[in-house]
Amino acid sequence: MCEAAGDDGGCGADTAPARRRRAPAHSHPRPCVKCGQGSAALVIRLGDAFCRGCFREYFVHKFRAMLGKNRVIFPGEKVLLALSGGPASSAMLRQVQEGLSRETAKRLRFVPGLIYVDEGAVRGQSAAQREQSLARMETLLQATGFPYHLAHLEQALELPASILRPGPGGSGEPGPSYKEAVEGFIQQQRQERDRDSGTSLPGQDMPPAAPRLPAAARTQELLRLFEAVETSTAREELLQMLRTHLILQTARTRGYAKVMTGESCTRVAIKLLTNLALGRGAFLAVDTGFVDNRHGDVMVVRPMREYMAKEIAFYNHFFDIPTVIAPPLPTKRREKPSIHRLMERFLLGLQEDFPSTISTVYRTGEKLSPAPAKASSESQRCLLCLCALDIAGEEELALEPTLIMEEPEPAGDGCCQDAPAAGAESRAAFIPLLCYSCRLTFKELGPLATLPPYVRAEAQRRIRRAEMNQQSQEVPLEDEEPGKS
Amino acid sequence: SKISVVHCFYFRGGAELLFDGVKKHQVTLPCQPEPWDIRNLLKWIKQNLLKERPELFMQGESVRPGILVLINDADWELMGELDYKLQDQDNVHFISTLHGG
Repeated sequence: MCEAAGDDGGCGADTAPARRRRAPAHSHPRPCVKCGQGSAALVIRLGDAFCRGCFREYFVHKFRAMLGKNRVIFPGEKVLLALSGGPASSAMLRQVQEGLSRETAKRLRFVPGLIYVDEGAVRGQSAAQREQSLARMETLLQATGFPYHLAHLEQALELPASILRPGPGGSGEPGPSYKEAVEGFIQQQRQERDRDSGTSLPGQDMPPAAPRLPAAARTQELLRLFEAVETSTAREELLQMLRTHLILQTARTRGYAKVMTGESCTRVAIKLLTNLALGRGAFLAVDTGFVDNRHGDVMVVRPMREYMAKEIAFYNHFFDIPTVIAPPLPTKRREKPSIHRLMERFLLGLQEDFPSTISTVYRTGEKLSPAPAKASSESQRCLLCLCALDIAGEEELALEPTLIMEEPEPAGDGCCQDAPAAGAESRAAFIPLLCYSCRLTFKELGPLATLPPYVRAEAQRRIRRAEMNQQSQEVPLEDEEPGKS
Repeated sequence: SKISVVHCFYFRGGAELLFDGVKKHQVTLPCQPEPWDIRNLLKWIKQNLLKERPELFMQGESVRPGILVLINDADWELMGELDYKLQDQDNVHFISTLHGG
């Protein structure tokens, strides 16, 4: 933190960050600062001791205020809640349940659906452990009475290339993605019918996907993809990307216009600095803001972003919120921890002694707003993260080192030895399609053959399109030489 | 005469992974001349309960940043943190808030 004494040291903070004061060991139980009556159960913010009852009110009010202030969820709208089984998204689910059941005037009025993505394969869980986690999650989801979807990360390997293209924004006739959405939906219905889904509850919109694990070959393919990644940082980014695309696809094909994710304030602050370190400085607002609109037709919303991880943990403890904790992504032996883990360790360590750390980072992030959306055409969007390509003109010179790639993929790719086709399969051809940080991640991914088909398909499509555009620009106006194309 | 005291220790939020996946531990702490404050309790836990990777649970003489401590369902910040002296039947929850949610 800024040690500059005196007045505003340029960062808008107090003169010196408040150091944590430890309560003496024999102090009597403190009264609640809010009601003065109940005995305090926890300390939040910078020393406010709340009793259980007042804390609950504070917690519930914050959720309503968050949605009320931002006004992006319309009554009757279908909202997909992305649940990881972790504390924050579980608390989010409870807030939605409570909000919907309140008396009429203050009731939340949207239509929730739930999705849980089983990532057990890449998190090092055995088949038995995955089945157990899935069973516990399904029980949890069923108990809510809302329609729910169970997905496996393996299904990301079957995504259509269209998921990497922003859908048409706003209401009205869906554009060219409509056909793919319908095809995707039919495909999914077919898959569900093929499985034994005898757990369908009456009153649900659609049959839940069976909790059985995907085919072993699929799991192997997914594991090959992850194992080929060279760094733990790139692996974390890949996991987030696949999960996001999978959730988005479910939202698109099932008609959800909004997705709610459970990132807490703590998680948002960590993500802000992590993404800065990853080279995503231009996209911090969409990566961490309340609204993430990069996909056009489906809006991602982060209603938990003002809750500290501590508040969520206490709330879940006091009010028996069920969770299903997944093990973290394993790091290989002797592998350096990811930037994500390092940043978490850094911020949480600092927070111990300076309890305004997380909120200061968060508040700084609040001052960022997304750039106006001028990059609407897909050729100006990053292939992987769908943000505006932040590379232009002379700046490319500074990035020369990142453009130096290994030779094109060897002949193992098949019949791609012909000159025009080989270009499409070389790693170097991907680079112009990616933003700065996705280029860095991409460099650390495994061979092209391990990448999910939808990524390669969409990349090839854009490469060919760019080639065609370039060729059409090279055609001279008058035919000077016969036979020259 | 020294009375041995019984406690329940809980590890949640992912912390249980460091304790063989076992969330609840019912423990009778051995009699000793030093008081059983949280500081000494943590030393004891590290030696007797922790199965792997102590650096993921502790940092120095305290818990790792990101791990919450609740004494009888109250924030340990209200009770004196490491200096709190355990009473008979006290239960302590260790809740991890690290990676995920």
